[in-house]
Amino acid sequence: MDLVANNLSYKPDDQYHLNEVSFNFKEGNLYTILGRTLSGKTTLLKTIAGLLTPDSGEIEFDGKNFLKIPVWERNVAMVYQQFINYPHLNVFENIAFPLKQRKIDQSIINEKVMDALKSVGLLGYENRKIQELSGGQQQRVSLARSLVKNAKILLLDEPLVNLDYKLREQLREEFKNLFSKGLADETILIYSTTDPRETMELNGEVIVLDEGKVLQVGPAKEIFENPNSLKVAEISNDPPMNIIEAKISDNQIRFEGIDVEAPQHLSKLTEDGLKIGLRSSDIELNENGHEFEVELAEISGSETLLHLKRGDTKIIVSIEEVLNFKIHDKVKINFKIDRAYAFHADGKLASSPFGGLNG
Amino acid sequence: MNKLYIFLKYFFIVVWTVFVIAPFLWALTTSFKDFQSVNGGVTYIPWVDFEPNLEGWKVLIKSPAKGGVDIIEPYFNSLFVTCTASLISIILGTLSAYALSRYTFKAGFVKNNDITFFFISQRIMPPIVLSIPFFLFLSSINLLDSLTGLIVVYIVLLMPIAVWIMVDFFNKVPREIDETALIDGCNPYQAFLKVVLPNSIPGLIVAGMFCIIFGWIDFFFAFILTFTEVQLLPVKIVALNSSVTPWWSLSASALVSVAPLIIVAFIVERYLSKGNLSGAIK
Repeated sequence: MDLVANNLSYKPDDQYHLNEVSFNFKEGNLYTILGRTLSGKTTLLKTIAGLLTPDSGEIEFDGKNFLKIPVWERNVAMVYQQFINYPHLNVFENIAFPLKQRKIDQSIINEKVMDALKSVGLLGYENRKIQELSGGQQQRVSLARSLVKNAKILLLDEPLVNLDYKLREQLREEFKNLFSKGLADETILIYSTTDPRETMELNGEVIVLDEGKVLQVGPAKEIFENPNSLKVAEISNDPPMNIIEAKISDNQIRFEGIDVEAPQHLSKLTEDGLKIGLRSSDIELNENGHEFEVELAEISGSETLLHLKRGDTKIIVSIEEVLNFKIHDKVKINFKIDRAYAFHADGKLASSPFGGLNG
Repeated sequence: MNKLYIFLKYFFIVVWTVFVIAPFLWALTTSFKDFQSVNGGVTYIPWVDFEPNLEGWKVLIKSPAKGGVDIIEPYFNSLFVTCTASLISIILGTLSAYALSRYTFKAGFVKNNDITFFFISQRIMPPIVLSIPFFLFLSSINLLDSLTGLIVVYIVLLMPIAVWIMVDFFNKVPREIDETALIDGCNPYQAFLKVVLPNSIPGLIVAGMFCIIFGWIDFFFAFILTFTEVQLLPVKIVALNSSVTPWWSLSASALVSVAPLIIVAFIVERYLSKGNLSGAIK
């Protein structure tokens, strides 16, 4: 049973939340919606759940017009980014709630709830109050509640974003295992996130959404290796891909007085307004490199993010160790230029090191 | 430092307790006094300072023919009117508040906030302004001097309080909780009854308490809108007053009339001190 979204548009104010979104969600697959905040991810999920009615467009599921079916009859499940549970019920009652609503036999409810508790690692917590749980545990309860229903469509709206770093890593791992074995074959799982790393790890079909518009669709690896535009390259990298305005002539990439030999996949591009894209991880510190000035150095986890400047060109470099820099320090860097992307002046991909287009 | 803190804490608790309880003790002793003991200088302790008698209390239940003011019927009238009006106000007010909190209404330039303000504005006007319209309204539907008429008027007065408190409360309950209930298979009515309402009990208690207090203590409308058929407690108590102020029976009636509120306060305190109601929603 496929879920087909057709030309969905939603514009409650002067900005599109959804702009002609069409997509075919196939059963048994994991889909990741990748986009920045306010890109329309939540709107899309709420529209599928039935909490929002789009201004135009259709949703079809199992051959039926989904928009005509009220939320409570749609058999979808949703996990919010806030930890939403029923505060007046304990853990067991929370998870049993959707089953009770269907008037299922109590013994079957008990069994199913225990199964769900087990799969999210909360056995023994069934009599706890929701307020007594940590954020991660609360989110596990909402996940268990959405799993217990055996819904055909499971929607997860940035479920990890409100957790701290460590918990996020841990839960992400658990989610992955759960998705790969715990779900029925016909479930459509739609997971929205702002985090490119999460997208890569879940390794599903990715839908890149920006300002309510679908920019690119494809497997996670494909999106990462061959982003079809500057926007997608920015969204699918954290920190965003460095964009450098450069000119290619005589087999040299020239910008800010620097000449770098152009790799083969870029050498034929000689047009004006060309933009070179380079990931922050594809730039390294090197004694013999080009001199840049430090504008800001931030340490995030075990890596250092260096914001560098030379003339009008600003770039971010991520280094896999903790280093101390002062503002206005001079550093020397080298570009792994064979990993560089090129984009046309209008933002479309011109060439990628992984063989996109001219490469 | 710590000892000083404990000393100060208990000191203020004692002071406050005396402050709260003294008037009750005063009223209690006075209610057992006669004219002599009240006006004959300061007296506190029964049987030592003065000879207690039940005259002040007897007046309250004696029929007017025997020189008393029978407050039993007004007492139950007051209870009935207050409870009925509060209950209806809470039910209607909670439903209106939920609608105002969750749905968008628009009629020309009138939007949700304007409607909420309209409710509250009913309480901004001085009662005297409302009295004439109320009088004319009740007389036009033949409900002057009747319990039903009073209940109608009290609902108009109490419902804004309920709406006001509950709108604020519902706004603090995340919408996502309702949405989750819908996704979990509740229709909107079930979502309200099974999920939103059980999480709004603290708000309901506060709103209910305010309604009961404001309904119970109202004198003005009870005085203006009733004559002989029906009387409420506050009006009747005032009728006790005569050329000689009967402090003993006034004290007795004060104690009797404050009793229901004290009972309500104790019940509510029980509920709130359980602690699991406030802060249920983060």
